[in-house]
Amino acid sequence: MKRSVFINGIGAVTTQGVWRQEIFSEAQVLDHAITSANQPAYKGVISPVAIRRMSSGIKMGIYAARQALEEAVMSMPDAIVTGTGLGCSEDSDKFLRSLWENDEQFLTPTSFIQSTHNTVAAQIALQLQCKGYNVTYVNGAISFESALLDTLLLLQSGEAKNVLLGGVDEIAQQTYAFLQAGGYIKAADTCETVKTSASPGVNYAEGAHFFSIGRDKTASSYAQVVDVALKNELEVPETASFLQGFLATNDLPSSAIDAVILGYNGDKQDDLFYAAIQHMLPSAVPLYYKHLSGQFDSCSAFGLMVAAFVLKQQTVPPILHWNEKNPSKTTWKNILIYSQYKGKDHSLVFVSAC
Amino acid sequence: MTALKEELKRQIIDVLNLEDITPADIQDEEALFGEGLGLDSIDALELIVLMDKVYGIKLSDPKKGRDIFQSVQTMATYISENRTK
Repeated sequence: MKRSVFINGIGAVTTQGVWRQEIFSEAQVLDHAITSANQPAYKGVISPVAIRRMSSGIKMGIYAARQALEEAVMSMPDAIVTGTGLGCSEDSDKFLRSLWENDEQFLTPTSFIQSTHNTVAAQIALQLQCKGYNVTYVNGAISFESALLDTLLLLQSGEAKNVLLGGVDEIAQQTYAFLQAGGYIKAADTCETVKTSASPGVNYAEGAHFFSIGRDKTASSYAQVVDVALKNELEVPETASFLQGFLATNDLPSSAIDAVILGYNGDKQDDLFYAAIQHMLPSAVPLYYKHLSGQFDSCSAFGLMVAAFVLKQQTVPPILHWNEKNPSKTTWKNILIYSQYKGKDHSLVFVSAC
Repeated sequence: MTALKEELKRQIIDVLNLEDITPADIQDEEALFGEGLGLDSIDALELIVLMDKVYGIKLSDPKKGRDIFQSVQTMATYISENRTK
């Protein structure tokens, strides 16, 4: 039997501000092509000497990690595992621009040093003086789930007792301009939400989400993460066997799923996958979150935050409902999170009440 | 020389992203490293790149850096004597 692992603390810097009890009740639906995170004040959290070299992703990551650890009353995790699609792309932008503009001369060290994908996890380790296992997964839209899988393996095998798990992606002007030119991001003057989306592309954003996850349940525990499954590429009809296999592995009849958290983002092709999973779970209440988080590679961590909140509070904030199905439901035990992007990087995460 | 020192202060603030510091806050003779402005070894590398990029000065002997980067005054003196741009 698998060992249970518990979400004991959450921290986040998002377009909706930092993680707090009222984050969903105060949330605003995103309707811009690119929305920056609502940044907190970092003075007092990060030393002035260190902060001047940090891009927004590093600052968001350090803040969110600290919040998650504080909530879990955890001063030193055994491991730090993060996921990011584009890493510290702001510094990568700077470094590559400098290469280009200066004809490959005069390369400044700071942006090069901090442009690597594992910078956030490394900076958190430096701040904490944590010398434990430190790994960053860079697997596109499944980066966070890859980090989550490693976290589960570390905890369930007994190799670690407490793990700091996170997902971080930041807006970088040039990188996002390329994504916009490629049609991934909606045109700059577009004003559409996930539900009113009519033009190509989706609304992009940025954010950092961290979770203090441990083998022991505590007074602050939100939920238990039971299992995660990853699949690189699927056609829409193949989602059925992916879902059925996952449910069978976990001895779960589909009727036992109270809610399914879907990554609807307003892209017609993407949303076909979510509609297919929703159709296969007729008794589950469909919830969505990308209208609040925006799209970025590690945004599914926002989905895990939603699941943890619902399972702890035993209530679903109205803004998370995809439709009017079962709005009066009062008991939430089992939640499934399904994510994918452009038909690739599929994941299923099973989260259960403590 | 005064204009060069002011220009240097602005460049140092910009390149090193010294938040909340203005050129007026940096004294000409104030130590850049250690007790003064508190710069570190990564900042030293940034200053070496700045000297090369803006003033055409290549510092090949690291030992010289210790004297050149003592203060804005020592930097300005060295730049005015050795600049190629």
